[in-house]
Amino acid sequence: MSNESVNEDEIKEGKKDRIVSIISSVVNKVGQDEKVSLAAIMTELRDLLLVIEETRQDLGMVRTTEITGDSIPGATDELDAIVASTSEATGAIMDCCDVIQEKAGEVGGENAAAITDEVMKIFEACSFQDITGQRVSKVVKTFRNIEEKIDKLVHVLGVNTSNVQSEDTRQGDEALMNGPQLSGQGVSQEDIDKIMAELDG
Amino acid sequence: MAVDMNMNVLIVDDYTTMLRIIKNLLKQLGFNNIDEATDGTMAFEKVKIKEYGLVISDWNMEPMSGFEFLKKIRASEEKFKTVPFIMITAESKTENVIAAKQAGVNNYIVKPFNAETLKGKISSVLGDF
Repeated sequence: MSNESVNEDEIKEGKKDRIVSIISSVVNKVGQDEKVSLAAIMTELRDLLLVIEETRQDLGMVRTTEITGDSIPGATDELDAIVASTSEATGAIMDCCDVIQEKAGEVGGENAAAITDEVMKIFEACSFQDITGQRVSKVVKTFRNIEEKIDKLVHVLGVNTSNVQSEDTRQGDEALMNGPQLSGQGVSQEDIDKIMAELDG
Repeated sequence: MAVDMNMNVLIVDDYTTMLRIIKNLLKQLGFNNIDEATDGTMAFEKVKIKEYGLVISDWNMEPMSGFEFLKKIRASEEKFKTVPFIMITAESKTENVIAAKQAGVNNYIVKPFNAETLKGKISSVLGDF
């Protein structure tokens, strides 16, 4: 863990402790039988307000809109694309198995039985797609849950996120690495050929 | 009693890949009449209009899960109460198996599975074939 993140954790813990101690102090004072000065309670509540305001500012700085508006939906789209592409590949494998099985029938005899046995093993192995699909769906659900919770937190604390712009800080070659593109986001091979031809010309 | 390999078998799963795998394995085992459904609602509609000798269903499906489908057919007409029902699912927690058993499942297979396991479980429900 870096010094910076250790520092951040310490700050968070410190804030949490402050909130808990202020609330405990207010609750204790109000709960006491003797008369409590309103000014004392007001001072503590002002401290609490200060901590909440600091938290709001911190939340504003972490670019929550980038997380909920871009990062999480982007990640879930990528996961959906994984499921779609593995499903497509599995379908293609099973199509080949069907053909092999058909041909095995034409071969006949012991070889046919051996080929069919092996084809069945391929079919069994293809069930990975179902399992990975279910696991990925669970991850997508978790992401959406986190997104919802961040949105709620931002809403409850009234964090102003309008001035926070998401920015890609990558430069040079690194900034070119955004693939693989999701369906509809990239260009077709045909388009690439045209661009290449145009550039050649 | 010998197993009638021409009996109607209903397989239920929301993943077409899995439907295809189970269908192929069943064909390999010698079953000839296999129908498919992609959730409990569709499966229940099929069960109402056709007599099935075996139902093989996934658990996690929407809108109606395999577990709800199982409870629904066990709670409906008398003729559905005894339809052999095998659950094939990735849900491998003890409480799932117990709940399915209490709801009237005849056997339970955890994914991923192989042809041998499928044959063994079908035999335990229908008899050797």
